[in-house]
Amino acid sequence: MKKQMTRKEMPLGTVIDSPGCSREYKTGGWRNLIPVRNAEKCTNCLICWIYCPEGCIKVKDGKITEIDLDYCKGCGICAEECPVKGKAITMVEEKKEN
Amino acid sequence: MTNLQTKKEPGSVKDIKSARFAAMTGNNAIAEAMRQINPDVVAAYPITPQTEAVEEFADFVANGKVKTEYVAVESEHSSMSACIGASAAGARTITTTSSAGFALMWEMLPIASGLRTPIVMYVANRAFSAPLNIHCSHDDTMGGRDTGWIQLYSENAQEGYDNMIQAIRIAEDQSVRLPVMVCLDGFIISHSVERVDLLDDETVRKFIGENKPPYHLLNVAKPITIGACALQDYYTEHKRQHSEALINSKDKILQVADEFAKISGRKYGLFESYKLDDAEYGLVIINSAAGVAKMVVDDLRGKGVKAGLLKPRVYRPFPGKEIRDALKHLKAIAVMDRVDAFGAGRTPTFTEVASAMYGLEKQPLMINYVYGLGGRDIRLEDINNVYEKLMDIAKKGKVDKVFDYLTVRE
Amino acid sequence: MALSLKELSKKEELFSSGHRLCAGCGAATTMRQIMLATEDPVVISTATGCVYVATATYPYTAWKCNWIHSAFENSAATISGVEAAYQSLKRQGKIDKKIKFIAIGGDGGTYDIGLQSLSGALERGHNFLYVCYNNEAYMNTGIQRSGATPLGASTTTSPAGSASYGKKVFRKDLTAIVAAHNIPYLAQTTPAHWRDLMGKVQKALAVEGPTFLNILAPCHRGWRVEMKDSMKLARLAADTCYWPLYEVENGQWKLNYTPKEKKPVTEWLKPQGRFKHLFSNPEYQKVVDRLQETVDKEWAALLKKCVVESKPPETETKTAPARDVC
Repeated sequence: MKKQMTRKEMPLGTVIDSPGCSREYKTGGWRNLIPVRNAEKCTNCLICWIYCPEGCIKVKDGKITEIDLDYCKGCGICAEECPVKGKAITMVEEKKEN
Repeated sequence: MTNLQTKKEPGSVKDIKSARFAAMTGNNAIAEAMRQINPDVVAAYPITPQTEAVEEFADFVANGKVKTEYVAVESEHSSMSACIGASAAGARTITTTSSAGFALMWEMLPIASGLRTPIVMYVANRAFSAPLNIHCSHDDTMGGRDTGWIQLYSENAQEGYDNMIQAIRIAEDQSVRLPVMVCLDGFIISHSVERVDLLDDETVRKFIGENKPPYHLLNVAKPITIGACALQDYYTEHKRQHSEALINSKDKILQVADEFAKISGRKYGLFESYKLDDAEYGLVIINSAAGVAKMVVDDLRGKGVKAGLLKPRVYRPFPGKEIRDALKHLKAIAVMDRVDAFGAGRTPTFTEVASAMYGLEKQPLMINYVYGLGGRDIRLEDINNVYEKLMDIAKKGKVDKVFDYLTVRE
Repeated sequence: MALSLKELSKKEELFSSGHRLCAGCGAATTMRQIMLATEDPVVISTATGCVYVATATYPYTAWKCNWIHSAFENSAATISGVEAAYQSLKRQGKIDKKIKFIAIGGDGGTYDIGLQSLSGALERGHNFLYVCYNNEAYMNTGIQRSGATPLGASTTTSPAGSASYGKKVFRKDLTAIVAAHNIPYLAQTTPAHWRDLMGKVQKALAVEGPTFLNILAPCHRGWRVEMKDSMKLARLAADTCYWPLYEVENGQWKLNYTPKEKKPVTEWLKPQGRFKHLFSNPEYQKVVDRLQETVDKEWAALLKKCVVESKPPETETKTAPARDVC
């Protein structure tokens, strides 16, 4: 989270001059279900990647490397849309502390 | 309405290089100022009585006299929205309107100022409906006085022209970055032909300089988000920042006026004091009617009556302290507005002036009139009656009726 | 550029994580896909609505491009000012970069309160793309009916009750209204048809002049479905022909997707809680029938207009996932 600015520190007229800084705001805490990916089943078709509303499925050289749980809200679209027979992603109850 | 020149600096307009003059309506003078300013974008919608100004400007565009992109929008709401977009994109931007058009863009006025887009807007003051009336009241801009804009009022075409040119400098100044509205009386001034002294194009170009926005939407290397929502945690800081900027703009307005005097020979301040220094009875009156009132002042002075007048120019930021200092020695003051603030029992300018006088040990007696609504003519004898009323209450030492309508059939 | 997911996944995400749209939001997927489809720098104006409040909450922004919000009903007017500034400054030699302009609004900001501003900007011919993310009600303020809400849907201002079956009138056909402006390109699509959507964004941005996309973006909160089902519902809308995928290019209507088997509209209605009352009260069967009749009639009319059936512009195929429909 950003430190709260004073009026003198704020750029004029509601301007935000750090593009994409919403990444400092983590939305992972919204989640009840957590996506679990079976790397062996996954064909890296990237359907989950293109449908994810959060952009939290990380891809490198066409291969999924991780699901960024800092932002995943647990909607389950990735698991629902996974075209692999028997699903390469499943949603499971997340064990939370407290 | 003749002989209404503002105070001249020592020397005269004849000393100014390449000065010229012309017979122009208020709308002509504004359009001419717009041509000389040569803005990047104009987005405007026609409405009586401002229409002639945009028609004339469209003609400049059609004949290649300006480099402006003219956006002929489908409403005033869209004109102000497009101006906000253009100004946020770094373009020098102007629009014009009146009355209902002003009301339709109302939602966008605090947005333009809140986003700190330095738009300049010419308003030919006109009455609000209902009943519909195309003539002058100050309903529009007085209603919009607290939308976070700087407001400059103009007695005649000359002042309208001069205010437009100064408005660009004020709005775009790095310490200000706020929109400015330049107001003059619809029909009475917008459509009356007067002599206007004009600057030459090059002088205006040099005077206004370049717009240098600290951020803008076309800077691909440094993307910004402008207009985000700010909730309980930030809204107050945004408003405070805006409020400070408006209050602090007073110094810049005066500095720009000083520089303008150097190129034009015409000196502006926060307001015009007319024979006020030793006056006992004074009017506070805005725009064209001040011209009529000055003639009455001259006449009364000829009869030995110490009459004077204060004509506000800068209404936002309101120069309360300066106005108090200019008026505090008077015996009695009449504040006259071409607008009613329904239900308040006082008009906007009375409220402002009375508030400025608050705390004085010895306060002048004050009365308040609504006059000239919907373009009703204000005559010399009407103003004369007001001064007589002031002399009467000063003699009695008390006011029996603070608020009244002038020239109404009861 | 090639619309293969592998290639697209190498691009920078210009719509960042950390936005506050609901989990499973169809509009969020839509925004990601739009931004991934852009090639030149873009300036975006966004109308007040879900996408606005959830992506630009001071001091945070999900946008990596230049972006502006000014109000609700004026996304198109605002972008027309930005575009006018660009034209002016470019003509004066003060800017040389190629920049594209996109206005975004929900169905409230587009079908209803922003219709005049949209129409004006289209008529004036500004060079911009208008995107309506259509979730068929005022979702940001709590599911009030809009001009895009379908007949029979229960919303908070057209609630189903003992004396009402929900919204009493049909949605307006905004895409056809836009088509009547004779702009060079417009289309309907959904984020479930990602290749169709992204191809249309690229096609629209390549065209000189105003262009328009009406994108059905399911809202699971307002539609009363599970959040995992957003894409499924968008797909069903196309498969039932409730939301046909088509484009109008220089006045020529083209169908982009014909379902293998046209499903009954009930398959799209039944999973949605906003239509539940239509199926629990036998009297309301007539509303379902009217919906089906209207879909059939509109589909037949569309087929007549679409003389050419065409695939979307970019047809490179990726290794065959079953759902990669078009």
